[in-house]
Amino acid sequence: MTQDRSEMSEDDDDKQSPPLDLRSAAIAEPSSSSSSSSVVVVVDSTPNKSRNCISSSSSGSLTSQPFPDHVLENVLENVLQFLDSRCDRNAASLVCKSWWRVEASTRSEVFIGNCYALSPARLTQRFKRVSSFVLKGKPRFADFNLMPPDWGANFAPWVSTMAKAYPWLEKVDLKRMFVTDDDLALLADSFPGFKELILVCCEGFGTSGIAIVANKCRKLKVLDLIESEVTDDEVDWISCFPEDVTCLESLAFDCVEAPINFKALEGLVARSPFLKKLRLNRFVSLVELHRLLLGAPQLTSLGTGSFSHDEEPQSEQEPDYAAAFSACKSVVCLSGFRELMPEYLPAIYPVCANLTSLNFSYANISPDMFKPIIQNCHKLQVFWALDSICDEGLQAVAETCKELRELRIFPFDPREDSEGPVSEVGLQAISEGCRKLESILYFCQRMTNAAVIAMSENCPELTVFRLCIMGRHRPDHVTGKPMDEGFGAIVKNCKKLTRLAVSGLLTDQAFRYMGEYGKLVRTLSVAFAGDSDMALRHVLEGCPRLQKLEIRDSPFGDAALRSGMHRYYNMRFVWMSACSLSRGCCKDIASAMPNLVVEVIGSDDDDENRDYVETLYMYRSLDGPRKDAPKFVAIL
Amino acid sequence: MEKVGDYDELVNLKATELRLGLPGTEETVSCGKSNKRALPDDDTEKEIESTGKTETASPPKAQIVGWPPVRSYRRNSIQTKKNESEGQGNYVKVSMDGAPYLRKIDLTVYKKYPELMKSLENMFKFSVGEYFEREGYKGSDFVPTYEDKDGDWMLVGDVPWEMFVSSCKRLRIMKGSEVKGLGCGV
Repeated sequence: MTQDRSEMSEDDDDKQSPPLDLRSAAIAEPSSSSSSSSVVVVVDSTPNKSRNCISSSSSGSLTSQPFPDHVLENVLENVLQFLDSRCDRNAASLVCKSWWRVEASTRSEVFIGNCYALSPARLTQRFKRVSSFVLKGKPRFADFNLMPPDWGANFAPWVSTMAKAYPWLEKVDLKRMFVTDDDLALLADSFPGFKELILVCCEGFGTSGIAIVANKCRKLKVLDLIESEVTDDEVDWISCFPEDVTCLESLAFDCVEAPINFKALEGLVARSPFLKKLRLNRFVSLVELHRLLLGAPQLTSLGTGSFSHDEEPQSEQEPDYAAAFSACKSVVCLSGFRELMPEYLPAIYPVCANLTSLNFSYANISPDMFKPIIQNCHKLQVFWALDSICDEGLQAVAETCKELRELRIFPFDPREDSEGPVSEVGLQAISEGCRKLESILYFCQRMTNAAVIAMSENCPELTVFRLCIMGRHRPDHVTGKPMDEGFGAIVKNCKKLTRLAVSGLLTDQAFRYMGEYGKLVRTLSVAFAGDSDMALRHVLEGCPRLQKLEIRDSPFGDAALRSGMHRYYNMRFVWMSACSLSRGCCKDIASAMPNLVVEVIGSDDDDENRDYVETLYMYRSLDGPRKDAPKFVAIL
Repeated sequence: MEKVGDYDELVNLKATELRLGLPGTEETVSCGKSNKRALPDDDTEKEIESTGKTETASPPKAQIVGWPPVRSYRRNSIQTKKNESEGQGNYVKVSMDGAPYLRKIDLTVYKKYPELMKSLENMFKFSVGEYFEREGYKGSDFVPTYEDKDGDWMLVGDVPWEMFVSSCKRLRIMKGSEVKGLGCGV
């Protein structure tokens, strides 16, 4: 920003609430604001830096002339509207009160990484013109049954507050929130211009809620239900979309486990000329898919539904599925295949050469079926699959997909003692063939340090490295050594690494490497690893950008937890379950850090273990502990 | 808390231990913590209990809560496929002409044809008439048929039950008029 500071007028005497002592000097530093810290900067206090502004005309008096102020603020508004990134906006808001005010009144997209970090009221008090809203709720480990249901993350208080404050709201994007049908009804009623609803990993609602949104949000462009639990209320929600031409651009319902009125869907697609993304659920058969494709050749992203048929094919010729796919020249993103009949897979050949994203992760495809397909996918950048494609399949990917940026390999048999069809061989091959790789999630049963080291050297663009060796405490299966050197190489060589998930047999040494070299790591996921407190201390005393720390079943105790007190205000959250923490220590931390909410979840009441903390979940909050905590949550 | 710490010390000793087993194989472990939690739908645990056979040499480990970290949505989607492919239960799709939705049933649950027929009748609210060896089903418009391994459509009941269970890929309850031409076995 090249604003001439000498022309800024002195701030007016607008009284703010008492500055919050967050000891968040780090936030005030420009360097950390420009990091990818994804918190809403909620510091109401004005940091010392702000007092550089001196009015050239006044003698330092606080009463500024209204006219220059307005001009200034208009100019600022016009300039700030070009700032989209929330990091830039956060930085701009810290310059001085005037900038804070203008920024607050012009920010239209708000991101809240933890729904309990602040109250809805605080949001609406600061930001007045929000039209787009991203909110995240439960911590990620809740996905793996590590948290009892009904923990919280309710959307209700947010939607009711925003209904009054932001009637012009257009976009809501929720992740891991509990959303009820009533919430959806309120949303549909309160925001006449509503355009985009995205629900990722959410639950609490059903097809009746979706029906209300479909029916009342006449300007709806995006309805994306992704990996959410949607109860089947036996409502024909597809028929609830209005009769006239819709604005729909994206409709994703692959996670809805309920049959669909196909005729209504066909009609909907026919009257949605702007529809580009369509992700069907497994209740749509191949024959039905074929009909949809013929009617919507403009699609760019397609979730194919079941990719099988249940009825006996007619005695006349089967539909020409390949021809339908050939007509879809614009499809670049393909997913679905929920109940794949492999003999029909060749139908997708015509679109393979154009694909940039392919998701086979619900399809049990063997290497023989897979190789002919992938050999055509030269442009592929994102690829998700099950390990059923084996190392052989991964080698085929490595040979063809030179543009690959993101790879995710999920286990077909997600048990600890299953046979693992992929191993270090596949990882090595990918590292050699896909040099532009940026993000990898890899489940396997066998791994070696050598392969991980190779990946660290071959793929310098890696920002996300998540390796899950499914058998706990597994060492390098060739050398028998811990996996320390492999993960060490990753943090050392992958200079852009921001997210890391570790597994296998790991000693404190691995954590020493992480602390020393993980300069940009923001998210760290640890399970069944480390020998002692030192491991966690290395990470808490190193890793300057750490924001999200999730640990389970590792031998870290009170001393380690205390060693991080200097930084918990600068983190989004810390999760530690089945570690070695005592309630007393957690209480101490809670007392010492008033703006940290320290939740202890699920500890038993039996005397034997009263002091033992089963699960600790702690996070900063501007508005104190939440009022909706269930009985099994103790807020210390 | 002590339990986890002790176990980990043990494991590290193991890492340096000389043994004949392959690296990575361990004794059966059960994490004490998981016993404390009531798990409404831990599919993996149920599966371990119900399966009689194990592929691995050592007994299967007690499954830890939430490990490996695969979301339950994904686990559930894949679980059905696994059951089908491993012959654990023999799930086949059942469709009926005119019915909008498919059902799935596990053939291994039944011991003989009358049980299967009863279940189908309940499921789809129809009745199937009486089976005659030469003439097929009489007394009803609906005829149960199935597709066998060779892709042929056969009348349910023509082959012995065991042969049926092992060769049936899919069931279809046809409406009488379409049944012409179905070979009665031969």
